[in-house]
Amino acid sequence: MPFLPHTESDVRAMLEAIGANSIDDLFDEIPANLIIESLANVPETANEMEVVRLMKARASQDETTLNFAGAGAYEHHIPAAIWQIVGRGEFYSAYTPYQAEASQGTLQLIYEYQTMMTRLTGMDISNASMYDGATAVAEAVLMAERSQKKGGARRVLVPESLHPAYRRTLKAIVDLQGIEIVTLPCPTGRLELATLEAVQGEFTALVIPQPNFFGVLEEVDALTDWAQARGALAIAVVNPMSLALLKEPGNWGARGVDIVCGDGQPLGVPMSSGGPYFGFLACKKDIVRNMPGRIVGRTTDLDGRIGYTLTLQAREQHIRRAKATSNICTNQGLLVTAATIYMAITGPEGLRRVANASAANLAALRARLEKIPGVRARFPTQAHFHEAAFELPKPARDVIESLAGQRILAGFALGGDFAGMEHVLLACTTETKNAADIEAFAQALETALA
Amino acid sequence: MSEIPGDLKFLKSHEWARIEDNGQVTVGISDHAQSLLGDLVYVELPSVGDTVSLGAAVAVVESVKAASDVYSPISGKVVAVNTALADKPETINEDAYGEGWILVVAPDDMDQFNDLLSPDDYAELIESEDH
Repeated sequence: MPFLPHTESDVRAMLEAIGANSIDDLFDEIPANLIIESLANVPETANEMEVVRLMKARASQDETTLNFAGAGAYEHHIPAAIWQIVGRGEFYSAYTPYQAEASQGTLQLIYEYQTMMTRLTGMDISNASMYDGATAVAEAVLMAERSQKKGGARRVLVPESLHPAYRRTLKAIVDLQGIEIVTLPCPTGRLELATLEAVQGEFTALVIPQPNFFGVLEEVDALTDWAQARGALAIAVVNPMSLALLKEPGNWGARGVDIVCGDGQPLGVPMSSGGPYFGFLACKKDIVRNMPGRIVGRTTDLDGRIGYTLTLQAREQHIRRAKATSNICTNQGLLVTAATIYMAITGPEGLRRVANASAANLAALRARLEKIPGVRARFPTQAHFHEAAFELPKPARDVIESLAGQRILAGFALGGDFAGMEHVLLACTTETKNAADIEAFAQALETALA
Repeated sequence: MSEIPGDLKFLKSHEWARIEDNGQVTVGISDHAQSLLGDLVYVELPSVGDTVSLGAAVAVVESVKAASDVYSPISGKVVAVNTALADKPETINEDAYGEGWILVVAPDDMDQFNDLLSPDDYAELIESEDH
């Protein structure tokens, strides 16, 4: 966007035209308590040069943290080639182009992305991506409701083992649409069939996280079959990296799940303090017309050459207006570009190696941490991917605080979201950790707990 | 544009209705409607047993450039749907008044049928819309 200066009289004329007294009036609807008047520890008198120097110094404090926190955002190695390619002028846009077919390269990339995601998830169709994992879950639930011809039951089953932030986002999006969320307890660290058997009444879908928020593997086959046997849809919420090792949701149970969604961040997207990430959404062919978002298809032009085009657009709001499938009309194009290049460069074998190394590191971490008196896995008999909950002899929040001083991010304190888990730390290992890192973490933890 | 069969009645929104020998009413979209929509790629059908009311959306036809609701020209119960359209939606483009039928309704009130537009009135309507 060009920098367009306005004179004071320009500004006055524009304000007058819309009936506002001042620029501040335009932001009137933002509650006063959310407006930051000044930044703590940034002197008001500092000039640009001084502020830049201060920010560089602050930023450098972040750089060397040894990170064992996951909880939805995972530190994987991102080969240098990926963002070098993403940064090329041809790719460097956050959006699907408005004159989409004029940008064949962009459409081809999205088509390749969709193909990779369908192979990874074992589904028929993937869209061009969603905003993030949490909103993708909400869209999957809305899609499930829409796909019930007679109108869904307006009720979905969600285990407590789904990411708490995803559950909050889901509630924020579907609550006012009259969809009830039934939260199922998971005291064993995963959703047990016995818990499901107690469910009364109709429901539209069962949400199945894999691995779940505790890093535990759910009994996905049994859960999928259970939901589908009751005429409901099964929605898988997966870490795409884990699919390099685990069974793809398209093959869960007798028929495979109906919808797969999740956050694509592990595939080449930097953690960058929590976002932007991208969400993915894939489904079986029979419900594709209820799928939100853009879909790129491959076709041939008049001369028989391969071309790419947006397809099934009649679902979308620019054609279907008020009856559109969803209001989502954009996606995370740039991050999808990164993920596609990441998957292409890493390849199926590379992804397997990353996933294997991450899982092996967790086993090493667990073995080492359990040598510390009072530290043990919270769900010791369950299978895990690359993240696990650890019971500590002290409040997890205090331990995290204490290790932060040594530039070690110990993990995520579960007590904030799960009652009775104040002493439980959720820790994660990716392929980026080695034996020395694990030893450094363990020693720091020993000191903190002594 | 094909000839409008004389035994049909129409809604302004371009649906046709025909009384069959057994008193049931077959419903489709007009040849004019299919030509405006262009190549149809998908038809969303109601289920047999659904209750439909005059003027309410009962099906959706989707072409490469638009998706439109199909409104029922009569109230009653759906007794048949043209499942062949699932694989061949283009049948509506090819034969809107014949093989391209969409559903059959067992009507509640035949008076509604008599209030629909005659073929001549409908021809006049689309003539005036064209100008």
